[in-house]
Amino acid sequence: MTLALESVSRAFGGVRAVDDASFKVEAGEVHGLIGPNGAGKTTLLNLISGLLEPTGGAISLDGRRIDRLPPHRIAALGIARTYQNIRLFCALSAADNVMVGQHLRRKAPFWQALLMLPSSRRERQRARAASEAVLQRVGMSERAQSQAWMLSYGEQRRVEIARALAAEPKLLLLDEPTAGMNPPEAAAVARLVRDVAREGRAVLLIEHNVRLVMELCDRVTVLNFGKVIARGTPAEIARDPAVVTAYLGEGA
Amino acid sequence: MDLFYAYEALIAFVGINGLLALSIYATLCCGQLSLANAGFMAVGAYTGALITLHAPHVPFALVLLASVAAPAVLAVPLGLPVLRLRGVFLAIATVGFGEVVRLAFVNWDFTNGALGLVAIPQRTHLWTIFLALAVVLFVLGRLQGSRAGFALAAIREDETAARTMGIDANSYKLAMLVAGAAIAGLAGALEAHFTFIVSPSGYGFSRVVDMLVQAVVGGVAVFFGPAIGAAFLTLLPEILREVGARLGLSPGPFRLFLDGVVLLAVILYLPNGLASLPQHLRRRRAA
Amino acid sequence: MGQQVLNGVFLGSIYALFAVGYTLVFGVLDILNLAHAAVFMLSAFAALALVADAHLSIWVALPLGVVVGGLLGVILERVAFRPLRGRSDSNISGLISSLAMATVFEAIALQIFGPDVSRFPQDTFPDRTIHVAGASASLLQLCIVAISVALMAALTLLLARTRLGRRIRAVAESPKAARILGIDVDRTIAVAFFISSGLGGAAGVLFGLAFNSISPDVGRSVELKGLAVIILGGMGSVPGAVIAGFVLGLIEIFTVAHFGSSYRDAVSFAVLFVVLVARPRGLLGRAAAREA
Repeated sequence: MTLALESVSRAFGGVRAVDDASFKVEAGEVHGLIGPNGAGKTTLLNLISGLLEPTGGAISLDGRRIDRLPPHRIAALGIARTYQNIRLFCALSAADNVMVGQHLRRKAPFWQALLMLPSSRRERQRARAASEAVLQRVGMSERAQSQAWMLSYGEQRRVEIARALAAEPKLLLLDEPTAGMNPPEAAAVARLVRDVAREGRAVLLIEHNVRLVMELCDRVTVLNFGKVIARGTPAEIARDPAVVTAYLGEGA
Repeated sequence: MDLFYAYEALIAFVGINGLLALSIYATLCCGQLSLANAGFMAVGAYTGALITLHAPHVPFALVLLASVAAPAVLAVPLGLPVLRLRGVFLAIATVGFGEVVRLAFVNWDFTNGALGLVAIPQRTHLWTIFLALAVVLFVLGRLQGSRAGFALAAIREDETAARTMGIDANSYKLAMLVAGAAIAGLAGALEAHFTFIVSPSGYGFSRVVDMLVQAVVGGVAVFFGPAIGAAFLTLLPEILREVGARLGLSPGPFRLFLDGVVLLAVILYLPNGLASLPQHLRRRRAA
Repeated sequence: MGQQVLNGVFLGSIYALFAVGYTLVFGVLDILNLAHAAVFMLSAFAALALVADAHLSIWVALPLGVVVGGLLGVILERVAFRPLRGRSDSNISGLISSLAMATVFEAIALQIFGPDVSRFPQDTFPDRTIHVAGASASLLQLCIVAISVALMAALTLLLARTRLGRRIRAVAESPKAARILGIDVDRTIAVAFFISSGLGGAAGVLFGLAFNSISPDVGRSVELKGLAVIILGGMGSVPGAVIAGFVLGLIEIFTVAHFGSSYRDAVSFAVLFVVLVARPRGLLGRAAAREA
């Protein structure tokens, strides 16, 4: 699978949040998206997942244009995401949050549930088992029945990742997944991301933890003021003078 | 047995109000406050009554089917433009719609305008009402744990996040609006064939407010909450009438006063409604 | 035609005065106060009682009626709205608790005044007719318009020029930010309610005088029209409510004149619906009316 952004722009009135951005993400790749605050990273994720429409350019998945599609259709094509501000369903338990994430994986139509057919019960059990499995993967099995608002910040982030993984996506968009986590937690997330990529999924990762990005990512795209200022392997962009300037200012 | 007949109407209204409260729940459970249901109820009532009066040989089951279908169909052109509106704006738009429907009936000669239709034969029995209530409760109950049920809860909690999980929020919201309209229409037809009359004044803003109040007092966190609220608020005035008579207060204002006080108490101190009372008491005992 | 314009302006001035209070509370609390119409009704009864039983002049009873309205608003805020602040479902629960209070107010009115229509005594207001540009209006109607306009102008000035007005606007913008700036948010909200309900009360007294018919359910139809006005004007916008009130009054009079009185109420809801579908934020509203 290939996600391709070609000259994507998004303007809000006179402000160009994203300006002529182009890059690709391939299957099995961990692709980092970094840049100073306000560079347009979250806007890019919103564009890819369909919450915003680009004012210019095109976004394609496996050659097919997705930038005018509604969010639920884009999700159905295999793109799942987490949010910078964590958007869990607060009144639902962690396990129920992940059950929602299974929406695209569950097939049983409602009339089967109405007739109380055994196939409906089996389907429900399968979904529950799958939810438990993915919660275990993020280390949240013990807190599965707690309501989401009661969980700690780091726990909530992990549940949100589990919810996204439950959809078994081809492309996983993670918006600052380790923000607010201590080093062991962050390392665990990094390991998880590596595993996910090894399964053949692609991961597009927004991160401020530069060391994590360097260790984890196969390729990195650097944004500043909405523009792509560098692309390449972590080693390449670490040497790139434009990147250094963007992060540390002129004369650094 | 005499006691039963004396209270037959009361019990019937417990069932009918239960259906109406559940019709509000249908949209509330996915986060939409739709107050058009008095209008949909009117459509169901008039449809049923007109068929019975003009084609009396049509079996009651078919009459009820038509009374369910008519408001359901009407809900679609209402829903499509209006479901994009948030919160209170949706509520107001649906109030407006409900009033327009009522006024349409007031001004339509075919339905006898403001006088409404009378002498509708009684085809509704208590068992009809409670069968309908049981069916609706069953369907809503089966939503729990189903794929659709989780989708609705997600839409209620965070519609945008739900969409990015593949949930077609617009279709679900429209479906529940149609479901609510259908339930309200059913209740309307059942009531019309129980009280012999259909009159536009019975389907105004205060009617849908009653439905909302009963749903919320019962509790909208669980599917059977609204039915509890409807039973409680239908029976309460009767109980209070006895109490008020003994206290020597004129029945009308006293009942109204207590309705208001009870409602206020529930919304302030028991936000998840009467259905959450056992849980609430357990927590307080543990504290 | 001139007569119709005059009638429309007259009706519209009352709608506008009622709606202005409604929209003020929505702007500040993001909640629809469904007890506004009950305050409208009780203030009318209060003025009636002062004139009919206490034999006060209408010129004394009117301001007293306004004060009664304002006090009811303060009670409303304290009992029904403040406890709900901070709750996640405060929109719906606020709606319902205001409904509960409306029921209580209506019950009180029923107990004290009975369900029948009450009227002001004959000599409450001098009965004179003025002829203006080929149309005729009673002195009462002209006074009502003048008082409504004066009150609305006073409100606009208060919001724009005074420190209290600035505080109210700040809280309407963002209660959190206002608190950080040192504004006593609770007191500001209470004052906003006093003003809002006072104006609603004024509208009630003027309405009672205008149509000389006061009953416990008099607020019902005005309440729904009021909704149409604030939607048309834009939720939270006081100038919007003023303009929309007059516009709706004129639309209603012209509709009755050309299409008959059966469409009188329907036209308000038609306007409401069209606005919500085509331009949800109304004429001057800022609040986001659509989902993201």
